[in-house]
Amino acid sequence: MSPEATTKTTYRLPIGPIHPALKEPVAFEFEIDGERIVDVRVSLGQVHRSVEWAGMRRNPIQILYLAERICGICSYCHPMAFALAVENIADIEVPERAEYLRVIQAELERICSHILWAGVAAHEIGFDSVLFLTWQMREKVLDLTEYLTGNRITKAITMIGGVRRDITKDMVPKVTEALNYFKDNFEKLRHIFLDDKTFKMRSQGVGILTKEDALQLCACGPTTRASGVKKDVRLDQPYFAYGDLDFDYVTPDILTGEVNGDVYDRIIVRLLEVKQSIELIEQCLDLMPAGDIVSEPKIAKLLATLKKVKGEGIGRMEAPRGEVIHYVKLDENEHPYCWKVRAPTYNNILPWIPMLRGEQIADIPIVAASTDPCMSCTNRVAIVDSGKKYELNREELHKMSVEKTRRLMK
Amino acid sequence: MTEQLTPEKLVKSFKDEFKTKIKESRIEKHIAGSKKTEFIHIWLKVDKSIFKNVIKHIFKLEKYPHLAVVSGYEMGKTIDLVYHFSIYYGERAKEISLNITVELPKPNPVIETITDLIPGALITEQEKQEMLGIKVKGIPKDERVFISDDFPKGIYPWRKDKTGPEKMVRNLHEVKK
Repeated sequence: MSPEATTKTTYRLPIGPIHPALKEPVAFEFEIDGERIVDVRVSLGQVHRSVEWAGMRRNPIQILYLAERICGICSYCHPMAFALAVENIADIEVPERAEYLRVIQAELERICSHILWAGVAAHEIGFDSVLFLTWQMREKVLDLTEYLTGNRITKAITMIGGVRRDITKDMVPKVTEALNYFKDNFEKLRHIFLDDKTFKMRSQGVGILTKEDALQLCACGPTTRASGVKKDVRLDQPYFAYGDLDFDYVTPDILTGEVNGDVYDRIIVRLLEVKQSIELIEQCLDLMPAGDIVSEPKIAKLLATLKKVKGEGIGRMEAPRGEVIHYVKLDENEHPYCWKVRAPTYNNILPWIPMLRGEQIADIPIVAASTDPCMSCTNRVAIVDSGKKYELNREELHKMSVEKTRRLMK
Repeated sequence: MTEQLTPEKLVKSFKDEFKTKIKESRIEKHIAGSKKTEFIHIWLKVDKSIFKNVIKHIFKLEKYPHLAVVSGYEMGKTIDLVYHFSIYYGERAKEISLNITVELPKPNPVIETITDLIPGALITEQEKQEMLGIKVKGIPKDERVFISDDFPKGIYPWRKDKTGPEKMVRNLHEVKK
């Protein structure tokens, strides 16, 4: 054997571009030493659709509907961040009632996204009964979304200067009923995720992101808050009606008294945020003033105004996964001169590297899923071992993860 | 944490340090909600020669400035980059968005990397290289991120001149079956 062959102890494991643990097509290349991950390389762009380019050829109202289709789960944050940017440029004042309605929709989306994530996380470690339980809850959130907006996923509720549908008095009982259902079931979820021994074994001390790394790599959303960084656009720069509401940063130490920055902490943050969102919606229903829901109901008139506007602005909002920021530049034209979309996962890619380094292959799905990346699904993982290629499909990798859970349970 | 400056003082601190090299400055105040909570967006246009020092100056204001993203667009003779920072986060309604614009001449669009100061800037710098055809000097990983390796060289999707992607665009209704 040549000297290289005897000294080389690592091999490379590509995961992606498409894989069930990654909701968005992205390719990883792991350097593996036995079961341990030594290094990680990430390559993006497997699903670039030139949305920004297409947007620069559409008018602001059309962009709302295009932005809605950037992501199926954040189908409210993207058009809203764009609307905020345009409102900032054109100095459009949003009616107070609309600000509260916007908060309700945003928090409903957060509940939906976090519960969906909780189910996926449970599935990744082989806890499929919990997946069914969480998605049953999510179904109720979708029903409520449908009741309030007319749609379950792409809500089409956003309008520049307000929202498109009101929540009238006779609708409130149904909303309260749904909120009570979430509250009752939340306790069950909290108990499963935070007290269960197996969950703790799989998530504690796994996929650690230190506070220092989170700050330097500009992580955002629950990923950075789980590492103890107090960063939440809702509180840092209260947009909508968040300035009027009573709530605080969610970091894991409010429950456990310490911050580890591991997968368990990310579960804590998301679960507590579900509870927080329920409370925020209740506060909104209590405080909501009467009045208009949109500043300019005539779309043709709104477009004519926007055609005369020149300037640049940003719209920032806290999506379920972190900060969404849209940059818009208008130049007295029908179409914006520049539109830049930044979704939270963009900033949560680099933190994957310190999280995955030193972990085991069986931990890849749960660690990768723990930042709640924006996903899509597939089928094959290939292990390349000194020129020989093994293929490890989605089921086998999932099986390895499940087997690890079973081993720990013995 | 260092003392928090008001938006006016913050802009002044930049102007005192860099004098006329700060070409434009603008403070935007926005209000939201029934309580009329105010939040601040600051816009600065800086000269390319002092760009790196401006970034270093932000570190005097905030230990870990958060870089959200770098936006960019082509303006005929120049390529403009906008760095979106946020500072003073972690306390209710205290955060300030700091947006720094820098103009690069189109024949020689070179800018220094800031990944040595903020490692999290890597992906967004790579994206600007491939989308706008600028050159980031000293970038640790000089390769494409979003567009694939077989995409033709010399075409930059966000350009609006002849190096833009217009020639590659086909409308579906125009394609003969």
